[in-house]
Amino acid sequence: MLFRKETSRENLVVRGARVLDPAQGVDEILDVRIDNGVVAALGTELEPNSHRVLEAEGLVLAPAFVDPHVHLRTPGREDEETIASGTAAAAAGGYCAILAMPNTDPVVDSRATLGSLIETARAEAEIPVGFLAAITKGQTGAELTEMGELADAGAAGFTDDGIPVASPGLMRRALQYSAVTRRRIAVHCEESTLSRGGQMHEGEVSAELGFAGYPSVAESLMVERDLALAAYERQPIHVLHLSAWESVQALRRAQGAGIEATGEVTPHHLCLTDEAVRSLDPNVKMNPPLRSDSDRTALIEGLKDGTVTCIATDHAPHARHEKEVPFEAAPFGVTGLETAFAAVYTQLVEPGVVSLETILERMSTGPARAYGLAEPRIAVGAPANLVLLDLRASYSIAEGTFRSRSVNSWLLGETVRGRVRATIADGRLVYSA
Amino acid sequence: MGEIKVMREDLRPPAPPPKRHFISIKDVTRDDLERLLATARTFARSMEREVKKLPTLKGRLVINVFYESSTRTSSSFELAAKRLSADTMSIKSTGSSVDKGESLKDTAITLGAYDPDVIVIRHPQIGAPNLVARVTDAHIVNAGDGKHQHPTQALLDLYTIKEEFGRVDGLHVAIVGDVLHSRVARSLVQALALMGAHVTLVGPPALLPRGIEAMGCETTTDIAAIGAADVVYLLRMQRERMEEGANFVPSLREYAARWGVTAERLRPGQKVMHPGPMNRGVEIDPRVADHADALIETQVRAGLVTRMAVLYDLLVGAPAPVPVGDPVEVA
Repeated sequence: MLFRKETSRENLVVRGARVLDPAQGVDEILDVRIDNGVVAALGTELEPNSHRVLEAEGLVLAPAFVDPHVHLRTPGREDEETIASGTAAAAAGGYCAILAMPNTDPVVDSRATLGSLIETARAEAEIPVGFLAAITKGQTGAELTEMGELADAGAAGFTDDGIPVASPGLMRRALQYSAVTRRRIAVHCEESTLSRGGQMHEGEVSAELGFAGYPSVAESLMVERDLALAAYERQPIHVLHLSAWESVQALRRAQGAGIEATGEVTPHHLCLTDEAVRSLDPNVKMNPPLRSDSDRTALIEGLKDGTVTCIATDHAPHARHEKEVPFEAAPFGVTGLETAFAAVYTQLVEPGVVSLETILERMSTGPARAYGLAEPRIAVGAPANLVLLDLRASYSIAEGTFRSRSVNSWLLGETVRGRVRATIADGRLVYSA
Repeated sequence: MGEIKVMREDLRPPAPPPKRHFISIKDVTRDDLERLLATARTFARSMEREVKKLPTLKGRLVINVFYESSTRTSSSFELAAKRLSADTMSIKSTGSSVDKGESLKDTAITLGAYDPDVIVIRHPQIGAPNLVARVTDAHIVNAGDGKHQHPTQALLDLYTIKEEFGRVDGLHVAIVGDVLHSRVARSLVQALALMGAHVTLVGPPALLPRGIEAMGCETTTDIAAIGAADVVYLLRMQRERMEEGANFVPSLREYAARWGVTAERLRPGQKVMHPGPMNRGVEIDPRVADHADALIETQVRAGLVTRMAVLYDLLVGAPAPVPVGDPVEVA
């Protein structure tokens, strides 16, 4: 389900890092030796043999991140992102695997389109990348794609992300069919007659600024619907980019009732509220919108108590000229691959709101598990999927530093802490700084 | 849970130097408003002279850029600049490069190349004046941006109220109608709150934005609430902003019956204001519009002197009294 360009596996010793793998219960200063891309030894004062040595004293070595929600804009908008640039950005962000959304031009709804993406990934992907295929042809919400064939061809899951599946009947059919494909259905929850024209969260800030409001209930109503359908069909479901506290509550309730439902939240929804829109900066315009502080608090609580097991960037590159317009004229979406860890580390871990362990788990094991991918772990015999983090490093986010082709980051000009020093993805050193 | 800091607070660009632009009532203080009103009053006196032109802004360039249709705002800005002897230029979206798909940013940079002292902009999208401010060196005056702000309208309304009542502080103003789509309402609520007036918004539920009470006003759907007000301020039903099928109200007929302001719903002596253009027979009964208690024409006159005051304030400087000297020779 994951594809990358073929390069040679690394022989490497990472020396003296604090090895932190919450899922394995590991937290100690260790050397890690990687032989031909596989973790071969954990210990102290390991012999480097003739391996390259990464001196990592004072740094944290953790399982590398998995991003379940990325827009690579290929095919169709290669000026905004390509598989090469997007996976390079992911490598710089500490990721060892990402999943790309199918709302491209054309939509990934046929074996031909998916096949050509896989071929391109095998030629140019810096890290392993998987592709979700559309639930409906052309994402028009009318007719199911050939999900069986797409799954056989390598689709990592199915979603109409970007557009809700308006028809409950069709959503039911898609969920039914996932029993055949054994791939997860991921849902973009938005009731379009309620969100219609909405530019930002409906509340005091939208009332004052005059923007058309996109109410929380436009999301939570569809979350409730899709969870009800998943329950009825007894099929797993993944809820994309949660933003409202009512949605988190619905997910928690569904999980309590035994539904196999997972959910994700973005760094920007964890770090910002609708107050940020007062800047009128199109780089805080996204769908779903930034919501109130009580929504943000509920998302954080959901992340902590395990209702929400994934941090997903929803990395959405946009051309500069499309964002340098008044807020209402700008497209929804912000980039995030290269800033996700620093954002949540700076805003949530340093102030003591969420533990580092929880963040690491939600950025790696959680998303891998949601889509049935191999979970990155630091254990002898496991493929090396590692990220080396400098928690003390403070740096500012500037336009010139991105590997992504787009610079529509909500963090531009901001100083953050927590820097990725190296990323090892599937046994290859794909990034070091 | 620890204190959660909203990062965006730190991300905002530093506030521009005070009064560089006139984009939002949110950016000004009560002192600023009082000063502008006093300046406008001085100009009103000079407008009583036979020769009305003042030399104050001679050699300055004011560009008016209107991306939406306008009668009173565009004409009063143009006349205000001319009365102060500034050079003026007017760009409309139709018949300009905007028709050819030029972006606002590129249009602004092009106009900025003429080194205008002031760009007055009206645009259908919120934040357009802020974008122009970022890419030019001119002082920006917001003549209306989407549903966001129309600060010079608020200023002329304050001026009108103050001329009529001698004060704004302590008055009760009822604003009636389509608040949701109204930049006039948003600017005016903020301006009235700054000046110490009590504001009640009255209208159909779907046209009173959820959460607007946080701006310092109360809301009600009951038209009888206008009875307690000193000033009843009517908003235009913005039919052009009502999407097909949005069903904000069942019909204009039902709106007129429930929220239309008629003589029967007013007390004698209550003053009626309207920013124009009016929909007679919808939000306002024609008899009310033409009655002596309507200050609508006064508002239009106030538009000229308050916009002169805004241009003067930005270009000549804050507290200086206006020299009402001899008028210049006009060729």
